[in-house]
This record gives sequence, structure tokens and C-alpha cells, in this order.
Amino acid sequence: MRSPKLLRHAWTVASKDLLVEFRSRTAILSVAVFVVLVFVVFQFGHDPTAVSNVDLAPSILWVTFTFAAILAMNRAFQLELENQALDGLLLAPIERSSIYLGKLIANLVFVATIELISVPLFSLFFNVPVLPYLLPLIALIALATVGFVAVGTLFSAMTVRTRFAELLLPVLLLPFMILPQWWAVVATGQLLASRPLSEILGWLNMLAVYDIVFVTLALILFPATVNE
Amino acid sequence: MLLAEGLRHSFGAVRALDDVSFGLQPGQTLAVFGPNGAGKTTLLKVLAGLIRPQRGRAQVDGGRRAIGWIGHQPQLYGQLTVRENLRFWASLYDVPESEFLLRKDSLLVRLGLQDHEHRRVSELSRGLVQRAAIARALIHDPRVLLLDEPFTGLDRMAAEELRELLSEDAAEGRASVLVTHNVDEGAELATHIAFMRAGRFAHFAPRAGRGPQQVSEDYRNAIA
Repeated sequence: MRSPKLLRHAWTVASKDLLVEFRSRTAILSVAVFVVLVFVVFQFGHDPTAVSNVDLAPSILWVTFTFAAILAMNRAFQLELENQALDGLLLAPIERSSIYLGKLIANLVFVATIELISVPLFSLFFNVPVLPYLLPLIALIALATVGFVAVGTLFSAMTVRTRFAELLLPVLLLPFMILPQWWAVVATGQLLASRPLSEILGWLNMLAVYDIVFVTLALILFPATVNE
Repeated sequence: MLLAEGLRHSFGAVRALDDVSFGLQPGQTLAVFGPNGAGKTTLLKVLAGLIRPQRGRAQVDGGRRAIGWIGHQPQLYGQLTVRENLRFWASLYDVPESEFLLRKDSLLVRLGLQDHEHRRVSELSRGLVQRAAIARALIHDPRVLLLDEPFTGLDRMAAEELRELLSEDAAEGRASVLVTHNVDEGAELATHIAFMRAGRFAHFAPRAGRGPQQVSEDYRNAIA
């Protein structure tokens, strides 16, 4: 009985967040503009004869995803400070993990939307074909995204009541992003270089383990982070 | 229905609650008056379970599900309509759809919000937002209501309507704890009065028919 209720409450929180974002569209628009800006700067700022697009592109893609996700995650709990709604959530007779899970789902939808916009633009700007590797690329992006969004959502809750929340979140989050980012960049590079899928499976497995460990840890730790 | 026993809580060196004890039965309203920083909001947060006291215990029959909270911040989302906000909070309290529709309609009529149901909260005046916040707090039919400076920002008429609503609810058996620094606003609603200073109840007694002026005098004497 506990799990369906937890999932239902989590979906209630997530759908509310997504509706609020859909109505305001401020975060998604600012992040979309940021993505285009990064691609334009890198496209015109690098010499393709010195470093090939295929070598440079994976790093640019993941740097873009990382900063777009941080912008998104910063607003996840800021929304709850509006009119002290966070106290209302904590007072509600729901498991606190469901608040975390709801925020995680909303953040994942948000970041996935950004990634959906970014990948075609990335292919266009850097002239890197992604269609031949689309399925493994989607799996790779999904696995890497779940990991760093899970950690980012937890840190967003931890820092939201501090005076320097927008500064603290990236400072706390970036060390935890090094491993999944590293694995994702290497795996993306191998995909775009048409290496066999068996070479990438190891990276995907490590990303999956990272996801399981950090989603579980975040679910356990979240209730303690929001207690006064 | 509501019991507080020996509550103690400090923030660093500042003692916010110092051995606070009281009990409330259904239909009783405790008004807690005190200057800023006396520990009133901390007391409410401990009663609500938002802060775990370092000593003592607070118990509400029915747990968190039985508690409604009205504060000076409405706990509503500006981008959502009044209805969407009420639906969201009702879902978190597992209010069935049929009950939600009945309660929502009844509350909107009682609070004069029926014409604003489909308006976004960010488009409403301060007074209407506070009424929507009251509807939010009552949507799950709580047996205990915790009120933190609920009259802040309300005009005289809206404040009078809120007092009427709280009186009606008390007559139906709802227990309430109201904290405010303004004695004139809460005295008439109370069955019990407490004056709070530096985390302690300097006075706690039934109101026993004393009017706002007498309560004001008692308050000045107790706090001075």
C-alpha cells in the first residue's frame, strides 16, 4: 500500500511543478537561449582544422547539459519558497521521499526537454550525424542525466534555505558530476567515432550503477535535509 | 485533542520555547499573544511537527492529517488557479474527488471566492489571496487549526469575516491555536489566553468573559 501512495503523491508534486513551469515558461526559455548561445560560441570560436568536430563535440554537449541542468535544478525548490509553500508540503501527511521523487521527476522532464532541443541543434551546429547512433545515444544521455539530476535535486533541497543557494548548488554538485560526466563524454566520443557498441556497454553499466546508488541515497537522505 | 507537555527548543543560544505546556479540547481556541521574537511561531511549528522540540512532546489527535495551517504567507502557487491550488493540496491529504468537490464549493461560497475559482492566485488582491489560503487550510477538514498572524494584510471587513468563520468552526468542534502580537485581533475568538515572553507562558488562563480591553490591560501588566 505504501508504494502506490508514495508514487501518487510524487506525481502530484511533479505535475504541479510542470504545470507551474508550463505557465511561466521562464526557466525553459532562459535555458534554451543559453544552449543556443553555447553552441554558437563554440562553433565560431574553435578552429576545426586544429581539433575535429567529432573530438570536441562530446565535451561541448555535456558541458551544455550540465549547466542547463544546474539552471533548472536551482529553481526546483525556489518555487516552494514562494509564499512558504515548502512548509505546507512538509506539514502534509505524505512521506517526505515523495516530495523528493516528485521534484526528481519534474527535473528529469525539464532537463530531458532541454536535451531534446539540444541534440538536433548540436548535430546541426557541429555537423555531427547522430541518427545512426540515436538509440544508444538516448540510452547514454538518459542514464547520465538521471544520476546528476538525482544528486542535484537533493543538493537543491539542502541549499534552498541558505543565503547563497544559487552559488552553493554548483559548488556542491560539480564534484559529484565529475565521474558521470567523464564516463558520458568518453562514451559519447566513442559512439560518434562509430566504435562498436560493446565498447560502450561498460560505461553504460557504470552509469546505471551510479544512478541506482545515488537515487537510493538521495531518497534516504532527503527527509533529513528538509528538517529544520 | 491537542496536548503540549514541557516543550523546550533553542536556536543556538536563544531559547525559543522554555517549558511550555497546555492542552486544548474540541471547540476551544487558545490565543497566544506576545512581542516579536517571543517564540510564538516556533510554538506553532512544534505543534505542527515542522520542528522537533529538544525536550517535551506535542501531540495532536489524528497526527499531521488533522492539522490545518493558516499563516501570514498563503502557501499557494501564484501560477495556479484557486481551484488548481485547492486540488493540489487536497490530493496530498488524500481527499477523495467527490468530497473535494463538495468541500471546495462550500468553502468558496463561505469565503466569497466563487467568482475567483478559475483565476490565478497571482492575479488576486492580498485579501482574496488570504481567503484562498484559508480555503487551502480547511480543504481537508482539519480538526485542529494553527493560525500564525492570520489577520496580516486583511482589511477590516475581511478580518471580521475571518473571525466569524473561525467562530463557526469552533462551534462545530474545531480546536485552534492562534498566535499574534495584536491583542485586539484575537481576544474575542479565544476561550483561553496565553501571554508569551522569551519562550515562556507568562500567563495562561481561560478568557472567562474578559473583553479585548481587559485582555490588553492584562497583557501589558504581564509582559511589562
